[in-house]
Amino acid sequence: MQEHIQLTPKEINQELLSGVLGTPKWWLGLVAFLLLVFLTGAGAFGYMLNKGVGVTGLNRPIMWGFFMTNFVFWIGISHAGIMISAILRLTQAEWRRPVTRAAEVLTVFSLTAALMAAPLVHVGRPWRAALWVFPYDFGRGVWPNIRSPFIWDPAAVMTYLTASTLFVFVALIPDMAVIRDRATGKWARQIYGYLCMGWRGTPRQWKLQTVAGILLSALVLPVFVSVHSIVSWDFAINIGVDGWHSTIFAPYFIIGAIHSGVSAVTMVMALMVWLWKWDKILRPDHFDAIGRLLIIVATTWFFFFIVEFFFAIYTKEAPELALRELQIFTRPYVFLFLIFIITAYFLPVPLWMFKKVRRNVKWMFWTTVSVNVGMWLERFLIFVPSLARKTPLEFNWGTYHPSIIEMLMVAATFAWVAMGMLLFSKVFPLIPIFDIKEGMIVRDEVKIGRAIVPASIRE
Amino acid sequence: MALRSVLGLFTDENVVADAMDSLRAAGYTSSEYELLTGVPYPEGTFGEEEPVHKLYRWPLVGAACGFIVGLVLTTGTQLAYPLVTGGKPILGIPPMAIIIYEGTMLGAIVFTVIGIIFESRLPRLFMGAYDPRITEGYIGVTVTAEEDRMGQAERVLREAGAEDITRGWETPR
Repeated sequence: MQEHIQLTPKEINQELLSGVLGTPKWWLGLVAFLLLVFLTGAGAFGYMLNKGVGVTGLNRPIMWGFFMTNFVFWIGISHAGIMISAILRLTQAEWRRPVTRAAEVLTVFSLTAALMAAPLVHVGRPWRAALWVFPYDFGRGVWPNIRSPFIWDPAAVMTYLTASTLFVFVALIPDMAVIRDRATGKWARQIYGYLCMGWRGTPRQWKLQTVAGILLSALVLPVFVSVHSIVSWDFAINIGVDGWHSTIFAPYFIIGAIHSGVSAVTMVMALMVWLWKWDKILRPDHFDAIGRLLIIVATTWFFFFIVEFFFAIYTKEAPELALRELQIFTRPYVFLFLIFIITAYFLPVPLWMFKKVRRNVKWMFWTTVSVNVGMWLERFLIFVPSLARKTPLEFNWGTYHPSIIEMLMVAATFAWVAMGMLLFSKVFPLIPIFDIKEGMIVRDEVKIGRAIVPASIRE
Repeated sequence: MALRSVLGLFTDENVVADAMDSLRAAGYTSSEYELLTGVPYPEGTFGEEEPVHKLYRWPLVGAACGFIVGLVLTTGTQLAYPLVTGGKPILGIPPMAIIIYEGTMLGAIVFTVIGIIFESRLPRLFMGAYDPRITEGYIGVTVTAEEDRMGQAERVLREAGAEDITRGWETPR
């Protein structure tokens, strides 16, 4: 980190609690707009409940359309948060400090959006989702069928959601003590006092906070790997659909999730610089570092994409070739495929090669938006063309036109995540205060010859 | 007798380390004085003892509990309604392993978080002597003892260079 700005603890408190102790001008208007979008989606959901799933574009044989695409997309986004936070903590990467909290919170809200997209909306009758997960008739002794991936999914996602929420909570304890000490209202002081459980900042508490960060990171990482593997198995264990029954699906989905997720974290970083003006803390060096990481992640994802595709057509089996032809050369999928591959890889990655792009907040924001457009389409292209083809277990071909009802509900999940992040930022700091302060005290400058080089002390 | 505490506020790390030496010299044991900081300083910055904890046991116990719950849930529920589907065994190891794995990890994580809170000695019902300036960069040294030893502790802290002194109660009056 070459462009460090040294701040005192008091300045850090003022800077990072500006959104909690005060309300930025834009905040209320933005939350109101997002609430409107969310409520419109909720209205569309109510309409669907009333009229039935016939109001969507879903029909035989394409029963998995926008909702499932959106489910997998949000599960993917949720992966970056913990992945970035956990791996960077474990490797003690200095540039992690301002990024971890926002990434972890993004994980939590993305997971709730994913739960909204699949179990709540996709099933059409959400109360029926409970029948997969919970025993519904003790008298008959009928229990959930654990051989079904629809049981694995809630088990994995709920484990991940619980773990991520606890991860965020533990790291929030010292920061809630800072808010307790700064809050002016009696109620606010009391509530934050209860939430931080009487934190005082003893060496023992700090030691455990440090160990907790490492230990929880190590424990969350295997869960993170399992979640997207299990989501991929929703598809991969299905032998009846060409293009899905592939052994590479689990790692391919994981790396795809990291690609879209790290991009989403970059978008959040840019928004933190623009909206909260935290440019003294989020420096161009941070964008440079995550840009380098993105090149590696994107290229690894591209390798998996090529391998998945190559081995699918290598056998020259007629159904597989026909599916790929539909996916890549047939309208309308050909247009979607071109947009997907350009926006997910061929546009952003060459741009990230340039240091000027990596250190430019605007460039990083728009290139990572581009990645997420592409990655949303990637999931769509995995599900819809595969189902559109007639298979031995299906009796008809079909096509899919998403209805406005589905589009509104998809938009609602985006509004939900953005609104959730904004509401969180009003109550808790989006950048870990104690982590930034620690970064300031362990930083120094070393004189080597005539050069003064920034150094960071590490235990 | 109700326990009282006194807090001295400092700004310089070296002065704090000297104050800790002075408290030791005055006969206060390590269980009677404590450092309060708003930042995690590197261990030993103030010459304090390294805190000992048993946090690493918690995830192991949690993982064992989660594993058992996962195993009981997967075997028990399937045996309760033994419906053969597609000629597959009632207790299929691959699907059971998935649920047991998630149970094990969930148990480990939940127990770790409980362990963090417990080992951090939280929740703390009485704040004792505390000052909000600690989260603004000041370093606090607090001494907890009987009422009659408060005067001496206050004197030691002041002589060591404390910029401000406050008193508090550790137990209900």
